[in-house]
Amino acid sequence: MIIADRKPINEILYMIKDCKKILIVGCKGCVTVCNVGGAKEVGILASILKIARKKEGSPIEIDEKTIERQCDNEYVETIKDIVNNYDAILSMACGVGPQFLSEMYPEKRIYPALNTTSIGGALRHGVWSERCAGCGNCVVHYFDGMCPIARCSKSLLNGPCGGSSNGKCEVSKDIDCIWDKIVRKKMQEGRLDDLLVVREAKDWSTARDGGPRTSIREDIAE
Amino acid sequence: MNELKSGSNLEKVLKAGHFAFTGECGPPKGANVEHLKEKIAHLKGVVDSVNITDNQTAVVRMSSWAASTIMLQEGVEPNFQMVCRDRNRLAMMSDILGVYSMGIRNMLCLSGDHQSFGNHPQSKNVYDIDSIQLIALVKKMRDEGKFMNDEEIDTPPKMFIGAAANPFADPAEYRVYRMANKIRAGADFIQTQCIYNMEKFRLFMKKAVDMGLHEKCYILAGVTPMKSVGMARYMASSVPGMDVPESLIKRLQGAEKGKVAEEGIKFALEQIEEFREMEGVAGVHLMAIEWEHRVPEIAERAKMLPRPKI
Ligand code: SF4
Repeated sequence: MIIADRKPINEILYMIKDCKKILIVGCKGCVTVCNVGGAKEVGILASILKIARKKEGSPIEIDEKTIERQCDNEYVETIKDIVNNYDAILSMACGVGPQFLSEMYPEKRIYPALNTTSIGGALRHGVWSERCAGCGNCVVHYFDGMCPIARCSKSLLNGPCGGSSNGKCEVSKDIDCIWDKIVRKKMQEGRLDDLLVVREAKDWSTARDGGPRTSIREDIAE
Repeated sequence: MNELKSGSNLEKVLKAGHFAFTGECGPPKGANVEHLKEKIAHLKGVVDSVNITDNQTAVVRMSSWAASTIMLQEGVEPNFQMVCRDRNRLAMMSDILGVYSMGIRNMLCLSGDHQSFGNHPQSKNVYDIDSIQLIALVKKMRDEGKFMNDEEIDTPPKMFIGAAANPFADPAEYRVYRMANKIRAGADFIQTQCIYNMEKFRLFMKKAVDMGLHEKCYILAGVTPMKSVGMARYMASSVPGMDVPESLIKRLQGAEKGKVAEEGIKFALEQIEEFREMEGVAGVHLMAIEWEHRVPEIAERAKMLPRPKI
């Protein structure tokens, strides 16, 4: 799923400093699953903002609405009758949400309440970790199910750099060196030979480097 | 290893079977050419060629190619270093053509420290290709006369290709295989990370020799004399992939007041003596960080002088 973190409250307060009445829109997709943009988090953010503005002496009115998905116009449309009641809309979805909202409601100011960080999964309750860089040409099978493009700080394709130490990446002791894991698994499973080759330079044209991407399913595209 | 691949001095020295001696020089944090020339002067005639680092530790400095050409003008042969952190493949290939046109004949291909170590941690990290792919690229340009995309090069750059190996990084058992991959990709010479743990290095070299790697590539052992106990401690704790045994720190601590640096040099000299005899080691790469002026003395005491002229 898509992982996100909430922006600092002060940054959000600054965005909406001139607003008197706003709508916070949550999303029941990924950000609900990673506990950052669902109905519950929308409620919490609304309370925090209201309290802060009250303290500042400029109270704000905030309504809450959480829709199925902000990445689907079908659902973005469901708020069309109420958007005009607000000075601005604060989206609690990944970066797709504020854009779909802006496209459908061009006259409205739409602000992002989240910072989208990565495509990943839950390691345990409350902890999410990046797994995919969306490069457009999956190669995880070469690396025993671990993606060095997303998970090595240098996206190395030919083994661990000289900074790998005790299973940790040179960048930080909080980051696992994925190449350490790949090498150990290959050795353990007797597949070291897989690594005794020179893997060619990657064609990045399928990644974001080739420009924004569109996926078309010919059979169902309207 | 029949014909000369690049005709560089380093290649000739190694090919003639001499025990090679290379140095290292960091470009200035600015355009202070005089200071660079001063550092270069200390190394002239004392080593066979000198690595010019490329924004080492991800700190912006004068570009390695520019410093390499200045070195060349000063009559010292550079080993032009290139890291994968700052350039995409277009910039790499054009810089390779550029430095070759300026007369540079040795090149060291590196991944490079992550930018988070340096003074612009906000920068984008490029890593379009990795160090092994860079080695393969320089080889392809030289031997096939082609760019990465297979287009023909009009007058291909003929480089003597270097790579780094760190016998002390993890996973330890894999390190010799990684060096083998660099040789497979086309490395003509290897310079290792600074060695302090001799025990580990002996094992590493034994494996390399058992695999016959020393017959396919020249392996130069990395030496950096310790200047102080603080430096040893810092390297032990804060430099990823560095292995400084406690025994060495104790030895430096045991030195008389004002004699710690001398003890560090003594240890380096003992190392060099052992490397001369060690099977598979073709030379020493001396990284005397901001200590270029001590290199002539170290070379003298290590009986490295005079350097062969070929
Ligand atoms: S330490 Fe490991 S994860 Fe970090 S950059 Fe090096 S190879 Fe990649």
